[in-house]
Amino acid sequence: MSALLLTVFIPLLGGLLLAVLASLSVGGWVNLGVSAASFAASVWLAAGVLDGELVTGATFHVDAFNVYLVVLTTFVGLTTAIFSRPYMAHVCQSGRVPRRGLRLYHAMYQAFMFTMLLALTTNNLGILWVSVEGATLATVLLVSLYRTPEAVEAAWKYFILCGVGIALALFGTVLVFFAAQRALSDPNAGLTWTVLYGASPDLNPTVMSIAFVFLLVGYGTKVGLVPLHHWLPDAHSEGPTPMSAMLSGLLLNVALYSVVRLKMLADGALAATQRPQLAGHLLMGFGLLSFLVAGLFLHRQRDIKRMFSYSSIEHMGLMTFAFGIGGALATFGALLHMLVHSLTKSAIFVTVGHATHVAGTQSIERIRGLIRTQPAVGWGLLVGVVAIAGFPPFGVFTSEFLLLSATMHSWPALTVALLAGLAVAFAGLFRHLHPMVYGVAPEGQQPVRANMLPVAAHLLLVLWLGLAIPGFLSQWLSQATVLITGESLP
Amino acid sequence: MTTIAQLSLLQQAVFVLAALVLFASFSLLAQVRLTSAIHAFAWQGALVAAVTTLVAVGSGVHHLYLSAGMTFVLKALLIPWMLHRMVRRLRLGRHVEAITHPALVIMAGASLVVFSYWVALPIERLHFVATRNVVAVSLAVVLLGLLMMVARKQAVAQVLGFMSMENGLFLAAVAATRGMPLVVELGVAFDVLVAMVLFGVFFLQIRESIDSLDVDRLNRLSESEES
Repeated sequence: MSALLLTVFIPLLGGLLLAVLASLSVGGWVNLGVSAASFAASVWLAAGVLDGELVTGATFHVDAFNVYLVVLTTFVGLTTAIFSRPYMAHVCQSGRVPRRGLRLYHAMYQAFMFTMLLALTTNNLGILWVSVEGATLATVLLVSLYRTPEAVEAAWKYFILCGVGIALALFGTVLVFFAAQRALSDPNAGLTWTVLYGASPDLNPTVMSIAFVFLLVGYGTKVGLVPLHHWLPDAHSEGPTPMSAMLSGLLLNVALYSVVRLKMLADGALAATQRPQLAGHLLMGFGLLSFLVAGLFLHRQRDIKRMFSYSSIEHMGLMTFAFGIGGALATFGALLHMLVHSLTKSAIFVTVGHATHVAGTQSIERIRGLIRTQPAVGWGLLVGVVAIAGFPPFGVFTSEFLLLSATMHSWPALTVALLAGLAVAFAGLFRHLHPMVYGVAPEGQQPVRANMLPVAAHLLLVLWLGLAIPGFLSQWLSQATVLITGESLP
Repeated sequence: MTTIAQLSLLQQAVFVLAALVLFASFSLLAQVRLTSAIHAFAWQGALVAAVTTLVAVGSGVHHLYLSAGMTFVLKALLIPWMLHRMVRRLRLGRHVEAITHPALVIMAGASLVVFSYWVALPIERLHFVATRNVVAVSLAVVLLGLLMMVARKQAVAQVLGFMSMENGLFLAAVAATRGMPLVVELGVAFDVLVAMVLFGVFFLQIRESIDSLDVDRLNRLSESEES
């Protein structure tokens, strides 16, 4: 339990400390230190859970499903903090952000980590809602950090759309609580996930199906499912780059995690009715739509960060689709995909951050010849995109292959749509990537100081996951699969 | 099915107050003057607090008194006061917003109410509590808040829509389940308060960047951008 408390509350204390810390040069290092401490605590927690130690109670619940996301969250938080320290110092020197803004940035960075870790580990659906809303509140001022009209617009859109979406999720939560009060002897435990899960066959199926629709729309807005995705490209492209990496790599995962937890409840309640797969079919529909639409939108992007945020929507759609199919293979593939997508996408955003500093713009048309000007950044971008497009031997290939075989097994006709979508997305990414990496560099383009360590670490991990999934991880993911679907891999 | 006349006086009072909450939503929707709209919002908050108090009396759940007090302070006093201060500071006191197609908006609002009753129908059939009607009303308040955010172009009016959605959610929690667990309610109230502070910051930022609070002018980011 102490490892868990340390993991979750170190970022909160760190955030408070950073809010009062006036010195800027120290701020970046403290941010890094706090992230490292939280990561260390989460590894400790994970080691305990792997050994079979049960961390569960009325407030917190940690099992194989969320513990791997906790470690992933703190790890990406740490590497992004490594990237963010010199990057934000550079931004501050160039005068785009006032000193007060940077202090706000560091405090909110940790506040955001806190809300996400709380959302992952809490056992209470109400607290889950509060912390997902808290994550929006923590990041909304960061999106408008640069104070340009575009940034303010993006932040307003993000605030309003996610606020509305998440309000609908609260309505769904109220309905779940309503259903629980009829089924449970202790009505006050009606939002405790473990209690609800145990009693899910007794929950009223009609109420639960209405509730699930509201919850899916609500948390789905945060996942970025089409047609609720409009905030996502704006917030990603206008916010500071470390924030884009965190939003894409972490927040979307946390939102998807909430949807999956709630699907488990809905499945339990609907199992005995005429439409036991209702929740799964909804996820498949939304997921497939997001996957295909986002793939097409990749083609017409002009802003590099916007393009990669559409790629995130595409991948989130694919995972939602896979969780919707259900079954052990699809779920295992989706869990692995959550992991590799996070690692790859945050690595790409870090590289893009350096690339925009090299070129001095985010416009795709004016970023040219990266590999000539600064080979590390050019290669980083190239390898990152190759990985995210699903080429072997990277981990994304493995998970997408698993998802495709699962689809072929349960819904053979939809395999065509998936393959077509993957091809469209691949073409969309590469038509923009090729001139950016290989094109003729403009006169006088200078390399910048870039720290490619986080990128290399992430991409090597993804490569490793593509070549061989380590035993403890596959055991972990199999346990999570059993938790979610109730069946184990063949 | 019981008819309304068979219900206790307390429950009838809850129905009447819930209907008034819905009425407040409609007056918010059509109110073109910001100051009056904020007043309407404050009344709505007070009415929700009154419903909560009545449910607390009827059910004997003690923490509902606390929620009622919290709602009253937050929704009827603090947030309206903050909005009034903002409106004075941004000199919007005499601002009159032109709503495009006001009749259409009200008609859409009315059909949303019908829609909410339709969604709540299976819940009503369950015969759970006499206050189940209020679930439909609260969903209608949520959807009307959503409609207000779509129909109004003024940032302050959009925030009023957002906050009245929160009122509807709170009403749903009170009516359907006699309030969420206290820790959740505290968390929600905290989030609402922080959101309000952030909205205040955003009013200033938007004003600074486009010299107006007409959100329609925030149109730089779009897919068809040709630049």
